[in-house]
Amino acid sequence: MSKFEFPQSIRSRPVWGTLEPRAGKHHLMIADAQGAEAILDVATPELMTGAHIIFIAKGTDYGDKLRALNPAQYYEGPSYEAAASRIQRVLQDAKMSTQVYLSGTESLMGQAMRECTNAGIPYTAVQTEHRGSTARRMQCVHCKGITEDVAIDPFVCSHCGLNLFVRDHYSRRLAAYQGVCIDAEDPGNVPPSKGIYE
Amino acid sequence: MSGAEKIDVTVTEIVAVNELVTRFKFERTDGGLLPTFSGGAHTVVEMKDGAITRMNPYSLMSDPMDQSAYTISVRRDDEGRGGSLFMHNNVSVGDKMVISYPVNLFSLDLRAKKQLFIAGGIGITPFLSQIKQMERLGGAWELHYACRNAALGSYVDELLSAHPYEAHVYYDDEKQAIALEELLNGQPVGTHVYVCGPKGMINWVRATTEKLGWPREAVHYEEFLAPQPGKPFEVKLAVSNKVIQVGEDESLLEAMERSGVDAPYLCRGGACGQCETRVIDYSGNFIHRDHWLEDDEHASGEKIMPCVSRFEGKTLVLDR
Repeated sequence: MSKFEFPQSIRSRPVWGTLEPRAGKHHLMIADAQGAEAILDVATPELMTGAHIIFIAKGTDYGDKLRALNPAQYYEGPSYEAAASRIQRVLQDAKMSTQVYLSGTESLMGQAMRECTNAGIPYTAVQTEHRGSTARRMQCVHCKGITEDVAIDPFVCSHCGLNLFVRDHYSRRLAAYQGVCIDAEDPGNVPPSKGIYE
Repeated sequence: MSGAEKIDVTVTEIVAVNELVTRFKFERTDGGLLPTFSGGAHTVVEMKDGAITRMNPYSLMSDPMDQSAYTISVRRDDEGRGGSLFMHNNVSVGDKMVISYPVNLFSLDLRAKKQLFIAGGIGITPFLSQIKQMERLGGAWELHYACRNAALGSYVDELLSAHPYEAHVYYDDEKQAIALEELLNGQPVGTHVYVCGPKGMINWVRATTEKLGWPREAVHYEEFLAPQPGKPFEVKLAVSNKVIQVGEDESLLEAMERSGVDAPYLCRGGACGQCETRVIDYSGNFIHRDHWLEDDEHASGEKIMPCVSRFEGKTLVLDR
C-alpha cells in the first residue's frame, strides 16, 4: 500500500502524476524507497536499454528487482545528498532526447525536479509519481532551516526550535513546503500534533 | 480600433536583396523614436492598394534595441493575393505608411541554456533580430539555414562573415540538407529549438522532436499563413446585425472590416488566436486553415478564425 490520494489543496501544492513510457533515447529514472515500485511498473525492455536508474533505498530491498530490469546504468546510494552530485553530473552531460522519471517521496521528487529545472528542462516535461511516505521536506520560514521527513503538524523546527504549522505553500526553488510559527501571537499556545493528513 | 496600436512611418530605404526579396526601412514620420521590441516580433504593414487596405504581418529583422528605424524583408509572391507585389511594385522611398506596434508571437524563451534556430528561405527574418538579441545577451545560439541556392540565399554572406561558427547554410540545389535527427540528438539538455519556414519544414522539425522525446515546451515555430482565395460566401453577423458578402480574393476578416465591423485581430495569419469567433448557426462546410484551434474545435463547428479560414454552404451566422 504505497499509493496515497493527496487531498485537493491550494494551487501552490505540487500535483504528482503517474509514470508512463515516453519516446526518447535516454531515460533517467530517480527514485527512493517505494518509488521503486513505480519504476518496476513503467519499465519495458526498450526503455531499459537507454535507462539510468538512480535509487535511494532508505532501508528497502527493491535494489535486486531494479537491477534485474537490466538498465543500461544502475546506481544505488544511501541518501539523496549522496546521490545529488551524480544527478547533477548526469544532467550536465544529458542530451535533449532524455526523459526524466521521478518517483517516491515528495522530498526526493522536489529536489530532483529542482536539479532538472536548473539544467533547463521545463518542469512540465518531467514525469513524477508519488509512492511511499507522505512525510514532507519543510523549510522554517523564520530561520530558513530545512527539516526532512516531517509527518506531523505542528512540529518543532530542528534548527531554531519554533513550533511550526505545516503549510501546503510550496517552493520549487527550495523544493520544500513552508512551516510558519503557530504560536507567535500567544507563545506556548500550541495545539497537539497529529498526522498531516489526519 | 482592433489590432495593436499604429505608428505613422516613412519609407527611408529600399534595397533589392536578391531576385525575390526586397528590404524596406521605416522611420517615424514625426522624427521620434520607435519602440524597442524583442527578437522574433512582427509588425502589421497597412497597404492602401486602391480601394483595398491590405494588412500583412512581416517579421522585424533589425536590432531590437535600435529605435531609429525598423527593417523588414519582403519576398515577392507572384501567386499571392497581392500584398508582397504591392510592396515590391508600388512602394517608393519617401512614401508615408502605417505600421503596427511590434507584436511577438515567436519570442525567445530566455530560460533556455541554448537557442537552436532552424530557418527555411524567407523564414530567416525573425532569426535576424533574435540573433542580434542573443549577441547582446551573450547567450549560446546556433543557426541552420536552408535556402534554394546561393543566389536566393538572403543575408547568407552577412551571417557567415559575422558568425562563422554559429551560422550554417545549406543549399537545396547543391543537395545539401540539414541532418536534422543528428542535429537534434546532439543538443544538450536545456536547448530550445525555433523553426520558421515552409510548412513542410515546420512539420518535419515538430515530428522529429516529438519522435526524439523533446518536451513540447522547448519547440517553437512560426508560420504566417496568407489568407487563401476561395469561393465567395455570405455571412450574417448577429451582433452587428449585418449580412455581408465575402469576395473571392478577400478574407472573412477583411470583409468584416470593409463592412465597418471592428473585429479583433493581431497576426492576421492564423497563429495568435485574437480573432477567434463563435459560430451561432451554420449549414455547410468550414474550410479551417488556422493553426490556433485544436482539431476537435475545427470539427465542432463552434469556432472559426476569420483571418484565414473560409466557409462553403448556405448559412453562416457569427457572434460578431
